[in-house]
Amino acid sequence: MKKLVVAVLALSMALALVACGKKADVKSEGVMTHAEYVAAELDSEVVIETYVQAKQSWWDNKATVYTQDKDGAYFLYNMACSEEDFAKLTPGTKIKVTGYKAEWAGEVEVVDATFEIQKGNYVAKAADATAWLGTDELIAHQNEFVSFKGMTVAPSTNADGEEVAFLYSWDGSGQDGDDLYFNVSLNGETYNFTVESYLCDNTTEVYNAVKNLKVGDVVDMEGFLYWYEGVNPHITKVTVK
Amino acid sequence: MMKLRKKGLLGLLLVLLSCLFLTACHGARGLNAFVMPEEFDESKEYEITFWAKNDTNKTQTRIYEKAIRDFEALYPSIKVNLRLYTDYGKIYNDVITNISTGTTPNVCITYPDHIATYLTGNNSVVPLDELFGNEKYGFGGSELRFDGPVKEEIVQKFLDECIIGEHYYAMPYMRSTEACYVNKDFVEALGYELPEVLTWDFVWEVSDAAAAKAEDGTYLLNGQKVMIPFIYKSTDNMMIQMLKQKDAPYSTGEGDIELFHDTTEELLYTVAEHVKTGAFSTFKISSYPANFLNAGQCVFAVDSTAGATWMGTYAPLSDISEDKFVEFETAVLPIPQFDPANPKMISQGPSVCVFNKPDSQEVLASWLFAQYILTNEVQIAYAGTEGYLPVTHKAQDSAEYQDYLLRCGEDNQTYYDVKIKASKLLMDNMDNTFVTPVFNGSASLRDASGQLVENVTKSVRRKENIDDAYMEKLKDDISSLYRLDQIGKGKNLSGEKEDLGKLPKTAVILLVSLITVWILIILYVLWDTVIKKKLSNVGR
Repeated sequence: MKKLVVAVLALSMALALVACGKKADVKSEGVMTHAEYVAAELDSEVVIETYVQAKQSWWDNKATVYTQDKDGAYFLYNMACSEEDFAKLTPGTKIKVTGYKAEWAGEVEVVDATFEIQKGNYVAKAADATAWLGTDELIAHQNEFVSFKGMTVAPSTNADGEEVAFLYSWDGSGQDGDDLYFNVSLNGETYNFTVESYLCDNTTEVYNAVKNLKVGDVVDMEGFLYWYEGVNPHITKVTVK
Repeated sequence: MMKLRKKGLLGLLLVLLSCLFLTACHGARGLNAFVMPEEFDESKEYEITFWAKNDTNKTQTRIYEKAIRDFEALYPSIKVNLRLYTDYGKIYNDVITNISTGTTPNVCITYPDHIATYLTGNNSVVPLDELFGNEKYGFGGSELRFDGPVKEEIVQKFLDECIIGEHYYAMPYMRSTEACYVNKDFVEALGYELPEVLTWDFVWEVSDAAAAKAEDGTYLLNGQKVMIPFIYKSTDNMMIQMLKQKDAPYSTGEGDIELFHDTTEELLYTVAEHVKTGAFSTFKISSYPANFLNAGQCVFAVDSTAGATWMGTYAPLSDISEDKFVEFETAVLPIPQFDPANPKMISQGPSVCVFNKPDSQEVLASWLFAQYILTNEVQIAYAGTEGYLPVTHKAQDSAEYQDYLLRCGEDNQTYYDVKIKASKLLMDNMDNTFVTPVFNGSASLRDASGQLVENVTKSVRRKENIDDAYMEKLKDDISSLYRLDQIGKGKNLSGEKEDLGKLPKTAVILLVSLITVWILIILYVLWDTVIKKKLSNVGR
């Protein structure tokens, strides 16, 4: 019975992808599909093939990387990586990763991983996640590269109790160079978005764009659908409309 | 709060950086030792930098800013630039980078463990003994423009924690310890009565009971799908305190590593046993203890007293949404003990060091500012932002601070009961606190201690077999990862020249030969000169 259910699910997923005009990733021998990765238990070993989309940090031979294949995303936290190899992880690079599935504050990720670079290239286009906000659909796309359109910058409260468009650090206790936090609203609901300073530091366009936001600005955004005790996108691009 | 997760990543770097730093310093020109000026020269302008750590807490930021404003009003010739950090690891990393380029801050919040590494740079950190005792500008000095503490008004135990080698290289700024924040309702629901001092046996037993699940996979205790009965934020502290409580070795003061022995192994087996029952996890593996405690997903949450404002149903700071909070009574107790009659707990919290500069007047200006943050105004204000304790008796005994303590629970902000109970916990246990020996590499040993717990916890969750072979491999892996065989053992802590012991015989022979050759050369030159002179005299 279970086999039948799995077969039906696989078939429906394949049909859905065809309907979307997107080919599913074909995996090598012994490599999980994204669906198998999603179904894998926490703390179990996972082997995946995926494509680098962005790099957050490299430190002490460990890299934190946003990756995605045609079926879904994988966040690789502190993956063993030499500085030389880190330089090779340009957007689109295909890698085979072996690690453990873990969850930290709601963020499902691969930890204690190793990788090898493979032939292949894929850069994901941002999927429009605007309509998924506030729905159960959103978490199904965790860590994917997504866009949000037509959201309005809502006020945050700074250290002096004033309403501002963004904060350095989550409560305004930080300084230039720290993570930026800002609120955006849609249909009466407000969401907290972040410019992660390791991913996009204070020299980047997005960091400075957020610093220039004003409450009430209508913005389109792109970024990675990161999770921290709820949705907490790491924004990489902001366009004021 | 999320950003603080980066600490784990930074922590692993410390050993590597220490080694690189040592290499970079080899042969580098250092600063001359600081010489205390007779007078502070106010005809000059000084711009000093203060690298401070805050607990991602905007009130703390504002207190630093106000302290700077007030200080600058007293000393108009000194401008203080504030740079904020949210974790000690990043400060450490940046200081090391800046020592090699000669661009250290002037005043820096830090841990003594880290200063031990900074000291490997020649005269990079100013020994404070002379400054402490200076009649004009030292503690209680005649020329100070503020009412700071005299030396005797600083808690001696906290001050002693800043002795590295034979000198004071820091002074305490704030002190905290760890507390066990307990969901008392859960303990009672499981049929237990909360003792005044927790024992490890009690915590493990209750935690195992709390891990019981219903048939549908939810936990019987909270009806939720998530429950981590016992979660520990800092596993390095966990291991260090368990060893101390058991009177088991950790390291010598000279830096000999004594972490690996039967007691450590026994403790790790115990951890493994309770990870297996689902009773235990750690911050690095799961998330912040406060998030689980406040959501009714944890019974015992061990975290710093400096994290008390995040703990409990009415916590003023939180990372989880309001709808996730559950109502419960929070008990604030000392960490679990092996011998409740003789409790032992870590003393931690920020200290301040002063970096050396070519201009001794600039160092004096830095010292004046560093000392200013020990005034009652700064001490009492900052201590009230978290479950900290002021480091001076002058502040602790002041009417203002006593009034603050007495008003415990009056509101859920300034007088938040969990926070004030956490401060009182340390105040009542100052004599029961301890620190680990400080030496070049002690920060790595600390990280290694925690990693033992983290690895065992992860391995059990991954269904690996925890046996003697596992323990042996774990010891090797951790020793190698943290380069434990390369740290400590007589590494210089003061930048002064090291006593390297007797010269090897071959070196002695070589040196004697060289000296002999030089003597012969000189004798020959002298003889040659005299002969030539005699000959020329004969020729006249």
